[in-house]
Amino acid sequence: MDRLAYGLAALVGLAATALGGYGLAGGVGAIRLAWLVPLGGLELTLDPLGGFFLALIGFTAMPASIYAMGSSPGERRDRFAYLVFVLSMCLVPLAANTMTFAITWELMSLASYFLVLHDRESKASIHAGWVYAVMTHAGLACLLAGMLLLGAWTGSPRFEDWRAAAPALSGTARNAAFALLALGFAGKAGVIPLHVWLPLAHPAAPSHVSALMSGVMIKLGVYGLLRVSLDWLGVGPAWWGVAILVAGAASSVIGVLYALVEHDLKRLLAFHSIENIGIILLGLGSAVLYHGAGLSAPALLGLAAALYHTINHAAFKALLFLGAGAVVHATATRNMEEMGGLIKRMPWTAACFLVGSAAIAALPPLNGFVSEWLTFVVLFQSRHLDAVGLNLVFILGIASLALTGGLAMACFVKAFGITFLALPRSDAAARAHEAPVTMRLAMVALAAACVALGLGPTLVIPALGAVAASVLGTAPPATVGDWLTLRVSGGYASLSTLAIAVALAVSLLVPLVALPLVRASRRTRDYETWGCGRIVQTARMEYTATAFAYPFKRVFDFFYRPTKHLDIEFHPESRFFVERIEYENPARSIFDDWLYRPALDVLRAGARAARTLQSGSANLYLAYILAALLLMLVLA
Amino acid sequence: MIADVAAAVVQVLVVGLGAPLLVGALRTLKARLVGRRGPRLWQPYADLRKLLGKEVVVSTTTSWVFRATPYVLVATMLVTALIVPVTVARPPLAFAGNIILLVYLFMLGTFFLALAGLDAGSAFGGMGSSREVAIAALAEPTVIVAVFALALRADTIDLGRVVERFGREPWLAANPAHLLAFAAFFIVMLAETGRLPVDNPATHLELTMIHEAMVLEYSGRYLALVEWAGAMKLFLFMALLANLFVPWGLTGAVGPGPMLVGLLALAGKLAVLVCAVAVLETTVAKLRLFRVPELLAGSFALAFLSLMAVILVR
Amino acid sequence: MFRQLRTALRVGIVTEPVARGEIERIGTRLASEIARLFGRSLAIRQVDAGSCNGCELEIAGLTGPHYDLERFGVHFVASPRHADCLLVTGPVTRNMAEALRRTWQATPDPKFVVAVGDCGRDGGIFRGSYAVVGGVADVVPVDAVIPGCPPSPAALLGGLLEAIGRPR
Repeated sequence: MDRLAYGLAALVGLAATALGGYGLAGGVGAIRLAWLVPLGGLELTLDPLGGFFLALIGFTAMPASIYAMGSSPGERRDRFAYLVFVLSMCLVPLAANTMTFAITWELMSLASYFLVLHDRESKASIHAGWVYAVMTHAGLACLLAGMLLLGAWTGSPRFEDWRAAAPALSGTARNAAFALLALGFAGKAGVIPLHVWLPLAHPAAPSHVSALMSGVMIKLGVYGLLRVSLDWLGVGPAWWGVAILVAGAASSVIGVLYALVEHDLKRLLAFHSIENIGIILLGLGSAVLYHGAGLSAPALLGLAAALYHTINHAAFKALLFLGAGAVVHATATRNMEEMGGLIKRMPWTAACFLVGSAAIAALPPLNGFVSEWLTFVVLFQSRHLDAVGLNLVFILGIASLALTGGLAMACFVKAFGITFLALPRSDAAARAHEAPVTMRLAMVALAAACVALGLGPTLVIPALGAVAASVLGTAPPATVGDWLTLRVSGGYASLSTLAIAVALAVSLLVPLVALPLVRASRRTRDYETWGCGRIVQTARMEYTATAFAYPFKRVFDFFYRPTKHLDIEFHPESRFFVERIEYENPARSIFDDWLYRPALDVLRAGARAARTLQSGSANLYLAYILAALLLMLVLA
Repeated sequence: MIADVAAAVVQVLVVGLGAPLLVGALRTLKARLVGRRGPRLWQPYADLRKLLGKEVVVSTTTSWVFRATPYVLVATMLVTALIVPVTVARPPLAFAGNIILLVYLFMLGTFFLALAGLDAGSAFGGMGSSREVAIAALAEPTVIVAVFALALRADTIDLGRVVERFGREPWLAANPAHLLAFAAFFIVMLAETGRLPVDNPATHLELTMIHEAMVLEYSGRYLALVEWAGAMKLFLFMALLANLFVPWGLTGAVGPGPMLVGLLALAGKLAVLVCAVAVLETTVAKLRLFRVPELLAGSFALAFLSLMAVILVR
Repeated sequence: MFRQLRTALRVGIVTEPVARGEIERIGTRLASEIARLFGRSLAIRQVDAGSCNGCELEIAGLTGPHYDLERFGVHFVASPRHADCLLVTGPVTRNMAEALRRTWQATPDPKFVVAVGDCGRDGGIFRGSYAVVGGVADVVPVDAVIPGCPPSPAALLGGLLEAIGRPR
């Protein structure tokens, strides 16, 4: 009975997927309840883009809810918050005016705040919730400012009216609205440098919530950015697209750089979400720039690439978070340095996590590869642009995406290898048990989705192209190849993941068939790992996560600025014998040091200065009232 | 259809059977350059034959990932062999992929090999994995930017079309953008295939190993598969370098005549490359590990300059 | 860089022809079988079981240009998993006995062991010491011994080739 909330959430997810699919297929609908709330009333509209995001939310909510049914039920508050969270997220893409959007957005933020705070005892959780609440509401302030301003300038709070009235607005007005709205949405999406809440909030929340937050909630920030840059304000100046592209490039590289040096499994995944948002923004920024330059085919492709990566990331990030949740549940720790050998005790979880790792590392023929490939092709289309400055920005994007791809692979070798392979590094890891059936079901479903999305781009891209066309207001793209091969812009590039997958499968069989033919020996013997003849071989001799990340810390030390803590305990009798050495090499966040701490210091100084206004003297307060009265009389 | 299948089989055989010969030629030439007689050209075949007859000793610490990795490596190399233009400009799987797919297919192999290195639970394996993925990650931007430079001039990233397009330009070799991209790609080839100055394939000191450290636990038929996959990777990288930048001898037609011409042209180009790599390996010392990123940054600078040259000339 | 190239091209190949070698066969394995399996390709893992390093210096000379072991298809490897032959030097000291055993176990079959030097045969000048087990054959099964203290590289080369049935 206490799992009813999760069952309901799964059903909501199913309904959302169905409705979203209907919207994707071109169905439209609208609900208007003008009397329910002031300032325009409750208004929900279904269009292809909204339908896409709705289907995305539902498609991710289903496995997450099924997973949650297998985990511990938690308090009533958490279950109720979860249901509200899923419901409000489903309503955000349908919102059609300022008030509806603000209500659903705020409901989503509040529900997730309570979910982040589910462990009310730990200081880390409280800090995480606090930072999350502040960043979310700062973003909301920007959003409200932008939306209310736009409403005032166009005379209506409805998004449809903004679309119609946008060309009439002045350049500065549109730039101001774009800046405010983009800041608000970028904060929700976790774009650098507004990302500080992500690595705190995602690990603190339970895994099914982290899966939804990472897989879906930050995508709603992307949804907002999409609407702002391509839909509500019409075609904008080039700096919009450049800003999005540069933010995407920075997020992708910086996200993965921070992920590389993390030992907390869920924080690592949270940083990877930042990286993938960066990749999505690379596609989106390109689309905005091409749209501004009038190149409709590359713009469609760019938007399709961004949408494809959105859905791919939802699939594999949810899978990875659910897998991490199973691991944390089994070993009672989030620290990778205490795990190991879990592949033998949790084979299903390990296999699903491996599929997720391969997907996020963009290895063919899985889905991460297809959307990254598509993003590369989109970035390469900058050959059609003449401005050298724009070309340089695109080259920055290309180099960033390439670096990200390689570093993501490195990071997931570490994440999967240290967590699952070799020997267990602690007793808890040695005693780990496999996840219950519902958790496994959810993970397998998502893994299957990753494979399906990877092998079926020829089916997915036309649908995404139709959505993109509806947003950009152009005709849908011409046929993109046949069922087997994806062909892009007339012979520029072609890809067939299905053919590659079949070829890989056949090639895997070649050695299996050929080895008996050449009369290879089939004898196998088990023995210990080669340790140079060492007599004692324990898990202490394995490579650690800190050691694995060391080359990266060295190469990028100008970015990490690592500090070293070395704590040596000597034997009480003699300094020649060492009892214990503790070595830590944490990286410092340059954003905390150079951006947030100075900003908070300025804020605190300002608050201290403003405190003098509250002197406590009644005479001074009367003087304030008089001054305000005089001012109003003068201005009126 | 039959011609395509036959072409596929021939291409796979050329790569599969020719790769150990390439490695043998490199070893023998390196030996001759330091005054030794050196092993015979077909020594790697004998090595592989002997390995197939040995038993496999598997560590009790490892899992199915360790046992699956040799097969995954061979599979990725065989699929890559069907995409890289080796004897013909448009190999059978050319429609399925392009240069970007190749980069990520190689990464698939590296991913599994790195996992296998960690799987044994020894410090050497983990060290090799960590270094290998660091170098692979840092080499990637160079490859993609160099590829973009090529794609800008050829107006496509499809390998077959790039080869055909460049084959029509006889004054290609003098183009500075082309030479810069070639230099960048050459350095990346050395890094990815584990040759000096990045990694010494013949070292016995585990602390200096990068690629070898990951395969220390393999034996018998698994080792044979891993070594064969490594030889194929070298062959394919060199073939890519040769055919992409110097596409003489490759035509779009598929048939015994054009394939023979392509094969002979490839043999000539590979001979030149083998000589260049052998001379480089004998005269240049291995770089300290933390100098390798500087080398890769240098190759990135070369690729970037090549790209700038293309953009500014357009 | 070019100076070395010029030297190499000027000096040319300095490899010497090999003299006939001799070994003592203790033989747990037929010579013909070893020759059949490893006649064309042999991987050697050298194990130092407490040696004074005199034999190691001579073995190191084998990979140089004058004796050039590689021309016979023989090469040294780092991991016993890759090896076919264990070349053991030194009287097996008590500290190294277990390590030698584990190295032997880590080597895949078929394999054979060659003990190098008088120390490898029976402890050499250290025979009878409290720290020494005494001869490689007391720890792992040995197939052949190359005597000497230390055996010269030519003797080593000849002995190895005799072991794999390639006298010339």
